[in-house]
Amino acid sequence: MSSDSHHSGISGLGGEVLGHTDVKVSHCYQCGKCSAGCPLSEEMDYPPSVIMRMLQTGNPDLEDKVLRSLSIWVCLTCEMCFSRCPMSIDIPKMMDFLREKSLNEKKSDPKAKEIIAFHKSFLDSIKYTGRLYEIGLFVDYKARTLKILDDLALAPKMMKRGKLNIIPELIKDRSGVASIFRKANKKNKN
Amino acid sequence: MSKIGVFVCHCGENISSTVDCEKVAATVGKYDGVAFSVDYKYMCSDPGQSIIKNAIAEKGLTGVVVAACSPRMHEPTFRKVCAEAGLNPYMCEMANLREHCSWVHEKGEATTEKAIDLVRILVEKVKYNQSLNSIKVPVTKTALVIGGGIAGIQASLDIANTGHKVILIEKDPSIGGHMSQLSETFPTLDCSQCILTPRMVEVAQHPNITLYTYAELESLEGFIGNFKAKIRKKSKSLDEKLCTGCGLCTTKCPTKKIPSEFNEGLGNRTAIYVPFPQAVPNKPVIDRIHCTYYTKGKCKICEKVCPTGAIRFDQEDQIVEVEVGAIVVATGFAVKRPDFFPEYGYGKYADVITGLQFERLASASGPTLGEIRRPSDGKIPEKIVFLACAGSRDPAKGIPYCSKICCMYIAKHAMLYQHKVHSGKSYVFYMDIRAGGKMYEEFVRRAIEDDGVNYIRGRVSKIYEKNGKLIVSGVDTLLNAMPVEIEADMVVLATAGVANEGAEELAQKLHISYDPYKFFAEAHPKLKPVETNTGGIFLAGSCQAPRDIPESVAMASGAAVKVAGLFSQDELTREPIIAVVNRQAAPVYSSCVGCFLCVSACPYQAIEKEEIKNRTGDLIKSIAKVNPGLCQGCGTCVAFCRTKSIDIQGYTHEQMYSEVMALLNEY
Repeated sequence: MSSDSHHSGISGLGGEVLGHTDVKVSHCYQCGKCSAGCPLSEEMDYPPSVIMRMLQTGNPDLEDKVLRSLSIWVCLTCEMCFSRCPMSIDIPKMMDFLREKSLNEKKSDPKAKEIIAFHKSFLDSIKYTGRLYEIGLFVDYKARTLKILDDLALAPKMMKRGKLNIIPELIKDRSGVASIFRKANKKNKN
Repeated sequence: MSKIGVFVCHCGENISSTVDCEKVAATVGKYDGVAFSVDYKYMCSDPGQSIIKNAIAEKGLTGVVVAACSPRMHEPTFRKVCAEAGLNPYMCEMANLREHCSWVHEKGEATTEKAIDLVRILVEKVKYNQSLNSIKVPVTKTALVIGGGIAGIQASLDIANTGHKVILIEKDPSIGGHMSQLSETFPTLDCSQCILTPRMVEVAQHPNITLYTYAELESLEGFIGNFKAKIRKKSKSLDEKLCTGCGLCTTKCPTKKIPSEFNEGLGNRTAIYVPFPQAVPNKPVIDRIHCTYYTKGKCKICEKVCPTGAIRFDQEDQIVEVEVGAIVVATGFAVKRPDFFPEYGYGKYADVITGLQFERLASASGPTLGEIRRPSDGKIPEKIVFLACAGSRDPAKGIPYCSKICCMYIAKHAMLYQHKVHSGKSYVFYMDIRAGGKMYEEFVRRAIEDDGVNYIRGRVSKIYEKNGKLIVSGVDTLLNAMPVEIEADMVVLATAGVANEGAEELAQKLHISYDPYKFFAEAHPKLKPVETNTGGIFLAGSCQAPRDIPESVAMASGAAVKVAGLFSQDELTREPIIAVVNRQAAPVYSSCVGCFLCVSACPYQAIEKEEIKNRTGDLIKSIAKVNPGLCQGCGTCVAFCRTKSIDIQGYTHEQMYSEVMALLNEY
């Protein structure tokens, strides 16, 4: 590893994280409480505290690994880490930024394909109805992933309990939501 | 006929859970000479003490045996009870039923039998006890403070301000110690010299303080309240009364290339020198090892230029004898040279330096006037690496302890570097960050979060030179021991704080103990941190263990209060447990035959010769005599005496035999 890469602070991905989310990676003192409490850290390739440390080093190789990691996609944004962090570091907010950057740079872990598909389907539902439309979500998701038969047996039971409405509930100001999506997209492109 | 009272304590359940205390009291109560015997749950409690007092008054007891815990614990308590009831306190003895019996044996008949035996031997001893009176010794109300660093300065000022005289001795030409070498101090970053020098001046001007610089302790005799110290004032080759401190001699001295101790070898000084500009006293000394006159026999330029004729080439060391009542040892610590780590290249690479050297680089009075410039070529380092624990916490190197101050000064160094070299990058390799102290953790976080110091957890394996860079090779243990290599321009090693060279010899001169690392030992790690095991000698600062400035100052003030407490008394009371040589009626006078083996055996020089003369002044007999002020009651002389002429009061031959016979005789 080259020496010049080992620095933290304002430069590198840590600097970008600071600029976009106000999260200062240098504040992390590696106690590990986030990783200990994270309900999904066992599914992650790097637990949250290790992601923090990788960003602290400012090493481009490690920054690249962060963007290609499965961790950032496995994160549920449940905010367990944030609520328990002694340094009040908003890790979920940082994860959101890292996911966005990973997608933009086409570095997303292939294993996260379905998770990303689910994210997209979810956002589509919000975009068109302003709310979560369950049937729309799973049709969209199955179309994206081609996993037509998965979990299909659950559908009748959910229907019976009124969990799946055939007709989507629409909100009043759908154009308002659409403009939020337009603006967010535009900002992303800039 | 003796009337002895026996008081058996249950110590809650500590004794009674394995010893049948009632049976002990009942059995012992039947012995000859025992007038009263009772057991009670807590003998040391107020009601327990009343039982003893009442029994002494009502039964007219002539001796008391308390069967309870260790005499180290409660002997003073019960002797005081006896004294209050009108019985001589030395007629009271303690049988240790707790540590010597109940705690170490199972419950059972044999345990109770042993307890009875332990009480019985004390009953037999007390029959031969004699009333003793405590010894009064006068107190010389002058303190000797050894070492003129911040601890010694603080102790001297605090004692002097209570109105007592202080003699402060310092081995270097100036007081100030390590603190005068520091640039800024954690966690406030105030300038070390700025807060220290006013105190140095105060010491020099204080009417109650006599300051001897360039002076060392030659020898010490005596005991608490009555020490006699010999101080060697090393020759400064200077008449201090004539010298005005103009400094002309130091500018004209032709020997200019001597590595400066004050600058940790990063700068030079002359052979006649003042260690630093704010030195107290601000008068030079001649370093005879390097001076051309002393080495080659000619030069004397300083003598020629001195406007007051103050140079004295033929001056000799002077021995000053002083009498003092208490001593504060504040001799500080030394920095372990890290050349015992060949893998770090100290001594091989000019730009691998110690923390104390970095202090001199960062100091405005240092060789670079406060600019961080590396020693090899004077360039400002773009990248600097600090290594924590470069010697400390390394059992393989013989230093298992944490030197305690390094985590903080490294954070300070990295911070100072970032403040002075804005474009620079700093790295700290550490194992743990130990920042216990008021505002300490916050200080370290400031270095990391605000000043962007890069902390890497891991110990550096080696440092080597490549293309003009120092390659620092380690791992990041927080990233699965990922290898890290930094191409540094300068490396600072946080070396271990160790005991001073010669600490052992000084401890032996003072008769104080020291730990395996040769730091001086406190009397109790928690409750007597500034006392030594030798009465009247106290510790302050880093001579006891590595300490930072606030701790050294607090310790010094603590030691000063102990000295002031001692000096608040006009005379001291000592236990009369001392040796005495018997005296008999004429014509024998004493069974002592005057062989004086005891004189050579006594470790405290407490035995002298006494001449017994008749009325006309003719010598009849020479016998040994014990000085009660000096005797510590160790008993060595008793063992040496061939005629059994010496007894320790309270532990006479008669008493010892009666104890043994009590065990041998059947009851």
